[in-house]
Amino acid sequence: MPAQAILVAAPGAVLREIGRWSITLKIGSLMLLVIVLAGIFAPVVAPFDPYFQDYDRVLLPPNGTHLFGTDQLGRDLFSRVIYGIRIDLVVGFIITFVPMIYGVAIGALAGYYGGVLDGVLMRLLDTAIAFPFLVLIIVVIAILGPGVHSIYIAVFLVAWTMYARLARAEMLVERSKDYMLAAKTLGYPTSRIIFRHALPNIIGSSVVFSMADFVLNILLLSGLSFLGLGIQPPEPEWGAMVAEGRDFIFENWWICTLPGLAIVVAGTSLSLIGDGLARRLGQRHQAIL
Amino acid sequence: MNSNNNPLLEVRGLVTEFSLEHGVIAANADVHIRVRAGETLGIVGESGSGKSVLCRAILRLIPSPPGLISAGEVLFDGTDLLALSEAEMRRVRGTRIKMVFQNPMTSLNPVRRIGDQITEGLSVHYGMGKAEARAEGVELLRRVGIPSPETRVREYPHQWSGGMLQRAVIAMAMAGEPQLLLADEPTTALDVTIQDQILALLLELQERTHMAMLLVSHDLAVVAETCDQVAVMYAGRIMESASTKALFEAPMHPYTVGLMNSIPDMAGTAARLVPIPGQPPDLLHLAPGCPFAPRCVHASPDCAETPIALSEIAPGHHTACLHPERISAGAS
Amino acid sequence: MQFLAYILSRLVQMVPVLFLVVLIAFLAMELVPGDPIMLMLGGRANETMLAALHAEFGLDRPAVTRFFSFIVNALQGDLGTSIIQRQPVSVIVGERIEKTVFVIVYGAVLAVLVALPLAVIAAMKHDRPVDHAIRIGGMVGMSMPPFWLALLLILLFGLGLGWFPIGGYGEGFFGHLWHLFLPGLTIALFLSPILVASLRAAMLDVMGEDYIEVARSKGLSPRRIMFKHVLRNALIPAITVLSINIGWLLSGAVIVEYVFSIPGMGSLLVRSVGSRDYPVIQGLTVVFALFVMLTNLAADLSYMLVDRRVLRK
Repeated sequence: MPAQAILVAAPGAVLREIGRWSITLKIGSLMLLVIVLAGIFAPVVAPFDPYFQDYDRVLLPPNGTHLFGTDQLGRDLFSRVIYGIRIDLVVGFIITFVPMIYGVAIGALAGYYGGVLDGVLMRLLDTAIAFPFLVLIIVVIAILGPGVHSIYIAVFLVAWTMYARLARAEMLVERSKDYMLAAKTLGYPTSRIIFRHALPNIIGSSVVFSMADFVLNILLLSGLSFLGLGIQPPEPEWGAMVAEGRDFIFENWWICTLPGLAIVVAGTSLSLIGDGLARRLGQRHQAIL
Repeated sequence: MNSNNNPLLEVRGLVTEFSLEHGVIAANADVHIRVRAGETLGIVGESGSGKSVLCRAILRLIPSPPGLISAGEVLFDGTDLLALSEAEMRRVRGTRIKMVFQNPMTSLNPVRRIGDQITEGLSVHYGMGKAEARAEGVELLRRVGIPSPETRVREYPHQWSGGMLQRAVIAMAMAGEPQLLLADEPTTALDVTIQDQILALLLELQERTHMAMLLVSHDLAVVAETCDQVAVMYAGRIMESASTKALFEAPMHPYTVGLMNSIPDMAGTAARLVPIPGQPPDLLHLAPGCPFAPRCVHASPDCAETPIALSEIAPGHHTACLHPERISAGAS
Repeated sequence: MQFLAYILSRLVQMVPVLFLVVLIAFLAMELVPGDPIMLMLGGRANETMLAALHAEFGLDRPAVTRFFSFIVNALQGDLGTSIIQRQPVSVIVGERIEKTVFVIVYGAVLAVLVALPLAVIAAMKHDRPVDHAIRIGGMVGMSMPPFWLALLLILLFGLGLGWFPIGGYGEGFFGHLWHLFLPGLTIALFLSPILVASLRAAMLDVMGEDYIEVARSKGLSPRRIMFKHVLRNALIPAITVLSINIGWLLSGAVIVEYVFSIPGMGSLLVRSVGSRDYPVIQGLTVVFALFVMLTNLAADLSYMLVDRRVLRK
């Protein structure tokens, strides 16, 4: 139970735990740490106001003052990319981990109790896997208009099913193990048995999957924003920034390529962590998304 | 028994090691065996004693990493197999030495026709054409006792029972008439009623082709019925080897005696079941001497201290025990 | 017979999902806050036009009645009329299906051509440097957004090297192949990391099976074992992954069509959402969903070609 160990460990134990990490986990975590810190301290890290338009400095290529150059409105692209962390990583985090919480809970309950609850859940999961997720997003956007709330609603409706599937499968295995019976005979309340005793043991596959899910959710958010259906300009969302730079691609390549690079770096850090966690938690990396 | 003949297979001082997370273990430690043409050598021992590893080491099928054959010679018909190139070794596997595996249900590829799998080696190593290979596949299946082989060659493994599949695996091994057959627990996964049929089939094929056979089993009864020679393995070592008759009449190693006493209904042994005391050996933490010493009733302090080599105590009868005389004393 | 019964049972299983899809498509217009006709017409609306269109769309009738007539019409291939384009939706969508299918199939074929050799190398050189390089390359590749990849390819091949056109659909089969090369390659690059990862994992699983050791004991070469014994068994999990990801493939196609100005369903969708052309959105919803479901069905049927045992289950 290394996940638990990290949470409750003293500083020395934390260092020992990190010592056991694979090289991918170390590099990925370091990358993510840098990205998160840059996002938190964006006002310090970013040299310019991300919304400030300086018409004397439009379409400047990358240089010493403007690391990523400036766009057609004279905004500093590096600052916008840094502030973009606050949008892409935060929204990506929310649409990944909120469904994970109730998805795992639903899957764990269904796996533990079985019966009618489990039967209903299984039908629901079968339908969800056959249902084209993209279609749902489009419809929600068509109803509510483009924007991040449409993405939240569509994702919250569907994304939990994969976590429920994983947690249910693990719970079916865990349910019959000795320590669960022991907890039962000690007369612990069922909620305590499920959430305190079983949960740490069934969450591994969901945690590993969540990293790949996180990457795809960032791609989803930036993709919809690129199409003009997600987060709208002038917000410094990475996909929206790429879209803004598209008209200038041949003369001013940096406007659309460099914000996209931010997506690749953030996604790679998460993928590396996912790969490392899979190894650390002794699970085969989930190739199925 | 033509005992003056040179052995077809002679394994000398074979060491096969595996690197595990917590250290290196020797699954075969200084193994010596000899098999002559037309002869069957039984290899007995508990699971984990290194019998299956020995078969795979002879065919050089040890996955590397984590496995490594680090010392010894495998002389087959005078050639050291360990010195061959990979391509030469493939040729040996395809033509002269074949193997039959423990679990017939998983030994055949589920998505390919049985007939194609049986004759695959023939088309690869003998350049046999399609029609010829199919005819040969039918003939091989007929020889191992599959009824109406003409239609059955075209079927898939899931359509066959375990006993039939083991016949198919044997047919596959007999393709090209090998000189040596390695049978790794060929009957363990089968129903008791089928086991005898499969053993009888193997002996019949051996009779007809005069091939040598290595029969690995944890079942002393199987070995007693079918083998000319027996080698007893424990913790990766040969503990005792002799002709079947000599071994069962006068075992010269305490582990062999223990093995016989722990099996019910063996003719000539005590009627009472006596399990071997202690735990199976931990290959990561072995004493330099006899690995059986901690469980041995006859052991003396020096047993665990120095390595004990096989020594010939009667013609053709080898044992790796310092005190074989204590066994005969105990038995009488 | 078994085969037909299987297809039939699968088609029956699709009915409830399809019903759900149609319901959701129907709701697209139903749940819009405000008057959908007004939204569609924008500033151009006057009283008489509004009343006429309300009657035409049946908005004066109760929702349940409208839902059933929506289903009945959809079953007859009538998906309504676009007010904005003044054409039946079935016509607007119909002439674009072929283009989207071409892009997707092209992309999937290129993806297999890219992914298969990489996966084979990775599996055969398991845990060696090549394998690690492919694995880490896959992680980076999986993080590349398709719209960004498309723009990079345009910069590199379209502008820099000038080898391929950077937009349009082209004339004739080879014209399509030529014009859609960069879109297809974008989809292939977007898809292949997932494909490599799943194929590699599946092949490693198969390589641990007993029958692979048996094949080695027959003296077969590693290449023959890979191509005759491993690959075919690894196809089933790979097809599963591909069909599960068909939704992702489609969303990639939407973006690629948009970037390369291909007149397919994806670019139509983006435009229709922008112009609030609800009947077209409804029609596309149903067609996209059908596409996903038929792909999953095709995947299931292809299992049977690979492995006869599927029929027995």
